[in-house]
Amino acid sequence: MYDAPYTERTTAVTDVKISARDVQVYYGDNHAIKDVNVDIQDKTVTAFIGPSGCGKSTFLRCLNRMNDTIDICRVLGKIELDGEDIYDKRVDPVQLRAKVGMVFQKPNPFPKSIYDNIAYGPRIHGLAKNKAELDEIVEKSLRRGAIWDEVKDRLSEPGTGLSGGQQQRLCIARAVATEPEVLLMDEPCSALDPIATAQVEELIDELRANFSVVIVTHSMQQAARVSQKTAFFHLGNLVEYGETGKIFTNPEDPRTESYITGRIG
Amino acid sequence: MTDASIPEGGKVTKSLVQLDARTRRRNAAEARFRAYGLTAIVIGFFFLITLMVAIVGNGVGAFRQSFITVEVFLDPAKLDKNGARDIEDIKKVSTFGYAPLIQNALLEAVQAAQPDTPIKKAGDTKQLISASALAAVRDHVIANPEEIGQTVEFRLLAASRVDGYLKGRVKREDVVRDKNINVEHLDAADALLAAGTLTRSFNPEFVLGADASESRAEQAGMGVSMLGSFYMMLVVLALSLPIGVAASIYLEEFAPKNWFTDLIEVNISNLAAVPSIVFGILGLSVFIQFGGLPQSAPLVGGLVLTLMTLPRIIIPARAALKAVPPSIRDAALGVGASRTQTVFHHVLPLAAPGILTGLIIGLGQALGETAPLLLIGMVGFVATNLPDGFFAGFMTPNSAMPAQIYEWAKRADPAFYERAWGGIIILLVFLLIMNFAAIVLRRKFERRW
Repeated sequence: MYDAPYTERTTAVTDVKISARDVQVYYGDNHAIKDVNVDIQDKTVTAFIGPSGCGKSTFLRCLNRMNDTIDICRVLGKIELDGEDIYDKRVDPVQLRAKVGMVFQKPNPFPKSIYDNIAYGPRIHGLAKNKAELDEIVEKSLRRGAIWDEVKDRLSEPGTGLSGGQQQRLCIARAVATEPEVLLMDEPCSALDPIATAQVEELIDELRANFSVVIVTHSMQQAARVSQKTAFFHLGNLVEYGETGKIFTNPEDPRTESYITGRIG
Repeated sequence: MTDASIPEGGKVTKSLVQLDARTRRRNAAEARFRAYGLTAIVIGFFFLITLMVAIVGNGVGAFRQSFITVEVFLDPAKLDKNGARDIEDIKKVSTFGYAPLIQNALLEAVQAAQPDTPIKKAGDTKQLISASALAAVRDHVIANPEEIGQTVEFRLLAASRVDGYLKGRVKREDVVRDKNINVEHLDAADALLAAGTLTRSFNPEFVLGADASESRAEQAGMGVSMLGSFYMMLVVLALSLPIGVAASIYLEEFAPKNWFTDLIEVNISNLAAVPSIVFGILGLSVFIQFGGLPQSAPLVGGLVLTLMTLPRIIIPARAALKAVPPSIRDAALGVGASRTQTVFHHVLPLAAPGILTGLIIGLGQALGETAPLLLIGMVGFVATNLPDGFFAGFMTPNSAMPAQIYEWAKRADPAFYERAWGGIIILLVFLLIMNFAAIVLRRKFERRW
């Protein structure tokens, strides 16, 4: 039974940041995502929940076109970011990914120094004119990643030498360093212990002030703790999407209820 | 649920200190397997030691050579009849003109060392000295014409039969049938050695010199063919590194996966298995007959070896690229790097140790390759002249170390057999250096993630 502490939250009425209409995803002949329609709001944490293989990660990867790197993957339908179709032929995925950052399931810092991990994105996008500006971006990003105090004295040490939780916060800092507008997180806490998870969740809540955050999670408690909006995916369908409080207390669809009460999944 | 693992009745049924039959069988199988492995390693080690002993034992003699030190009177009546010391006049005297001078000096030395020697005529001493001695003295005189009329000390190569006698290769009982040397010459050699006129020492010319004709084994060296190998390696490195790395990166990171790239992949694997002599005949028909490049040129050899080496570089390079975790690519793409940036900033540095190792092993194989070179005319006896300059070296007919070794090994005179083993030592030293470099580079570039 679901009985995690939960407080009613109200979502400020904000603009729609990402709007998906009739999205279909095929892996070869496998129809992985079926007719997904969703409006993701700005300055909001949106959680995607659902059993393994339900397509929530696949859909997340559509939002910054990471699926482009998979040859057999086809995406149909329309996904708009601020009213612009991100699958338009004129859109360069590189520019899109600068706007829509991503944090992965497994912490994946570059095998470079902590400083270079953060500075890489700003460097390739030309965000800093000189070393001082770059230093400033690195510090700001590490502070936003809530890891500055732990690493400020060893910026030249390899990022791979940090603990798992620190690595993941480093990856979040790296993702925010390019000043994205949307931050996609694919099960960011699945490789972390409860303390590191709590730190990352706190961080996600802080990030909401500046970004639209979309988080895929296996943990329903986590979805309830960090998100304002929740979408429940099942077998490639978006079953239900709404206020987190409503999904967890009074779901409309029986499948959602079965899942959050632990009967399916 | 959890009580399923407790035996019925809560009792342990078997003693831990007694081995049951199944465990005994399993332990026996394990011990057997270890014994097989150990045997295999011991056998391998035995053959390695045998090989090393054979190579060093047979080849180390090639680095030492016998020299005879004689005082030659540079007779002006023979070398400069006009007395004008005109260099053109001096050059007109051929090596035959020098023979009597050297032979007289040698006869004196022999008679001084062995007063009762049966050698009475100066002409009979020529079997003691290398045929190359005449040219050595003549070259010295042309370089120093002012020394004509003086008595100058020369350190000249002893004949290969004399050298072989002192190394134990030529036996007294065998020289009866040998028209190149007689027993009295061997006696004279012993006497010269005792008198200190004949000395045995390290011969740098074996490492640095050029190949010599079949009758002058004592003069032959590896230097020129070593240079040929060096030029070929330059060509192979300059071509196969960029082409091989570019091809692997394209195939691994950018090419769509379809039947065409599958076909290319299969064919690269096939090419790696093609016998090298096939590449030789390809080089002969394409580069020499069709392309009009000169025969025996290290440039052509390098091109042929590049063709042969490329698949052997591409395969490990692709494996190294494939071994880079996909999460690194995701991370780079996720912060908005393009695919090219992802490859060059993140994937390639991580794959570099593997690529470099493959490259150096490929170069090592190319360095030891003989068969294709024989087909394009880079046979050993070509390696007799040094090129005129650095760039001329690519086009000047030359050989390569393994082809030189092959050439020596097939010559009739047993003195060349020793030199072939010596050449193998030099080649192995180069290969060891390259493998060592591969290890050092891998250590240097290796990074953990």
